[in-house]
Amino acid sequence: MVRLRVIPCLDVKDGRVVKGVRFQGLRDAGDPVERAVAYERSGADELCLLDVSATREGRASAVETVRAVRAAIGIPLTVGGGVRRVEDAARLLDAGADKVAVNTAALERPELLSEIKARLGAQCTILSLDAARRGGAEDPDSSPSWEVVVAGGTQRTGTDAIQWARLAVSLGAGEILATSWDRDGTGAGYDVELLRALADAVPVPLIASGGARTTGHMETALDAGASAVLAASIFHDGLTTVSQVKLELARSGRDVRLPLSSPTAR
Amino acid sequence: MSPEVVLVRTGVANVASVTAALRRLGVEPRLSDDPGVIREAAAVVLPGVGAFGAGMERLDAAGLVTPLRARVERGEPTLAICLGVQLLGIESEEEPGVPGLGVAPARTRRLMGAPRLPHFGWNEVAPDPGCTIIQPGEAYFAHSYRLDDSAALAAEGWAVARSNEGEPFVAAIERGAVLGCQFHPELSGAFGAALLERWLERAAVACAGGVA
Repeated sequence: MVRLRVIPCLDVKDGRVVKGVRFQGLRDAGDPVERAVAYERSGADELCLLDVSATREGRASAVETVRAVRAAIGIPLTVGGGVRRVEDAARLLDAGADKVAVNTAALERPELLSEIKARLGAQCTILSLDAARRGGAEDPDSSPSWEVVVAGGTQRTGTDAIQWARLAVSLGAGEILATSWDRDGTGAGYDVELLRALADAVPVPLIASGGARTTGHMETALDAGASAVLAASIFHDGLTTVSQVKLELARSGRDVRLPLSSPTAR
Repeated sequence: MSPEVVLVRTGVANVASVTAALRRLGVEPRLSDDPGVIREAAAVVLPGVGAFGAGMERLDAAGLVTPLRARVERGEPTLAICLGVQLLGIESEEEPGVPGLGVAPARTRRLMGAPRLPHFGWNEVAPDPGCTIIQPGEAYFAHSYRLDDSAALAAEGWAVARSNEGEPFVAAIERGAVLGCQFHPELSGAFGAALLERWLERAAVACAGGVA
């Protein structure tokens, strides 16, 4: 069976890795190529690179950063941020992305997903979904719902996140990167209810994002139906390593690719 | 000394990751869709991302069907990746009625029984004892269709490696200096790099006139 994946995320702005809380208050977290190489060595199954400034500044993603990271690493690379047209997606693939994550532009014009699928295939078409809880408080007695937020979290759209995920998959999205806006950068754990609702709603793989602090958080996300767990701060800040997380996941009986199970690179 | 490697420009494939992987092994691939170049090249990589119908249409329009068939039939160094290995087969459920290159006696069907599709991620590669380029390990897959396992493959001299995602399926095939991978060696980290290196070594031997 396919292994559960651990995916470090590089939020990139002006050629540097940055990280904030709820997409704001960005601070420097290093050089993207150095980070990427270290994460591959540590056993990352895949990397995610998000140009966090792209949408607000209205430009396509950091093509040069993608090129430099791709030259250095031999694992899959998902790239998102500012993809508005199928040509933007094709340009990122040419630069070395393997999957392209679309967010704001797909919400404004959902056919963008079918266009990318038609030209590049469903295996390249990733929906990046930033979801915020409605009503704010997590009330255990009422059934929760989420709305989509865009433009780096600065705008609430009123669109129901679960319905949007269903529509996006029907149009061609081959995977969903689901980020909890409420949890992003907080270390409070993934929004497990969001993940469970999405996993029940769509048949494609689901990447959990937003809020991871511990391996325990990752276990609950995987148990909720996520195929992969994404994290940024905990790896950037050295709170843990990818290899440590995978060893802990393996110890608790999860099927992961262990860092030293492949022959050593030359 | 590595042989010259030509990457088939299919227009529907992502070649950046394959190019980067080969460069890390000291090989600068040349991109071409010229039938003469593909026929004569020391080693050819047929990458593949996208749909079966569009892929065959592109190979046909560029006049690459005959040279690619000839390479595989003669056991000349050829590496087919993902959709590429499906194109070596007879046909695909993804595009009924469109014939493949037909050089590997197997059909492509949808991966049934997988809990989620596409099948994204690392999965096992378990080679038959007859495999020499393919070694056991874990590789990165990104697909929803896969080549059917068939006795005909072995009967025609192909050694098979298998994987499993809800059902067993063909992860890779090899014969002589021809290697077909459903997974992406260029995205399979150290496992993939070692596999590419063994294929390049095999290609170098074949080009030097040795037994492929």
